[in-house]
Amino acid sequence: MAEAKRARPVPTPETQHYWDGAKAGELRLQKCDACAKTYFPPRPFCPGCGSRKVSVFRASGKGKLYSYVISHRPAPGFTPPYCIAVVELDEGPRLMSNIVECEQTPEALQLDMKLEVTFEKLDDDISLPLFKPARRSAP
Amino acid sequence: MRKNQVAVVGAAETTKLGVIPDMSQMQLHADAALNAIEDAGLKISDIDGVATAVETPQQIAHYLGITPTWVDGTSVGGCSFMLHVRHAAAAIEAGLCKTVLITHAESGKSNIGRTPRMIGPDSFNGQFELPYGVTTPASMFPIPVLRYMKTHGITHKQIAMVAVVQREWAAKNPRATMKTPITVEDVLNSRMIAYPFRILQCCLVTDGGGALILTSAERARDFKKPVYILGTGESVETPMVSQMETFDSSRAFRTAGPLAFREAGIAHKDVDHVMIYDAFAHLPLYGLGDLGFMPHSETGKFIADGHTRPGGKLPVNTNGGGLSYMHSGMYGMYALQESVRQMRGIAPAQVKDAKISVCHGVGGMFAASGTIIFTNQA
Repeated sequence: MAEAKRARPVPTPETQHYWDGAKAGELRLQKCDACAKTYFPPRPFCPGCGSRKVSVFRASGKGKLYSYVISHRPAPGFTPPYCIAVVELDEGPRLMSNIVECEQTPEALQLDMKLEVTFEKLDDDISLPLFKPARRSAP
Repeated sequence: MRKNQVAVVGAAETTKLGVIPDMSQMQLHADAALNAIEDAGLKISDIDGVATAVETPQQIAHYLGITPTWVDGTSVGGCSFMLHVRHAAAAIEAGLCKTVLITHAESGKSNIGRTPRMIGPDSFNGQFELPYGVTTPASMFPIPVLRYMKTHGITHKQIAMVAVVQREWAAKNPRATMKTPITVEDVLNSRMIAYPFRILQCCLVTDGGGALILTSAERARDFKKPVYILGTGESVETPMVSQMETFDSSRAFRTAGPLAFREAGIAHKDVDHVMIYDAFAHLPLYGLGDLGFMPHSETGKFIADGHTRPGGKLPVNTNGGGLSYMHSGMYGMYALQESVRQMRGIAPAQVKDAKISVCHGVGGMFAASGTIIFTNQA
């Protein structure tokens, strides 16, 4: 029997740029040209002021661990225990993700630890943004 | 909305609660509805308004043989029934209908005739949360709690006390699912579900239902022990727990709760009894803080010091709550039922001389909220 895979996202026209970005190894966000709000998830208008004049840009991919759980329950494509995290990006928006290249323990997963994006290829069309502990930046 | 214009004149749960393998979800609706109609001393033909969630008003109206002139199918999760009460009160005041039936039922444990709730892989949740391994509410609802604890200085032991205190209330309630006393150590040594929460900090999974009958306060005088709607509030935030404005508080809570207090024209010291929907053990802390009973930073200590337990100065979740009484999946109806029992003076763990009860519900993972303030004083 084939191993169950994690749930695969299906893009819509409004979110396609985000998934195209992930496939290219970029985390893409949107910014309002009118009020300068940076937002997520993707929408073709600003959820702050309603303007339809918005731009897509490549985010830094850096952020910090805002909160998380370590799930001990079975889930397709995961080996418990695994961390389900919310990452606060340096640009402001938060998104759900998993923390990889890190022990899945409360000791290793410290709130506010610095993170950086990495991508896991699910198939030819979808790569999923995940996060790993940030490398120490050069002094 | 003006206060005390509408009253609950009928309230009942399903005849059985817990594991009910011989009834479909629709039959649980009907059992609760018929019990509530009987409790009010009415007939089905007296009902001209129908509200329900997950199932549709047309399913309920057809099944029971009702011809409504007003319906509400608001379905925002477990607090839908608080919103139904608010909407029904407005509808009755506006003259759209006279006697409203609100029903909830869920075959949460036995899964018989249950309406499926699906998340599409192309929805926001399907694209931006499901791929990260969220499955049941147990893997989603506790996600904010570590941040809440860090911001407000709340300890694991304090949150464990929520489960301990509610088991104390449940022990007084013959219909409660779990009645055996537990300690903080029991909670903190129970099976891990989603760190930091263990099984004793997660709600039960059971079968059951409940129903309410509302009518105008003027007509309510002819009924036994009417319970008046003193204040109401509602709001929604986001279907994605990851997109909450902050994890330090719930925007839906702090919108709905204060709205209800303002409408009721009461102060927190006037409140005798509180229900805060506890799908998981952190919710009473969020509720006490966001409803303005105290700063969030004091909620953990308040509960750990025993102020919400039997004999405490602010009795909270006196039926045992979703953690120990029952939780079919949409617990808001059972919180409302307990508030009504307390206001009627017939609760198994009755708060002596209680005159004002605050009943606060959550829908989804902090996605929605409804607050109803009841009184037994006309």
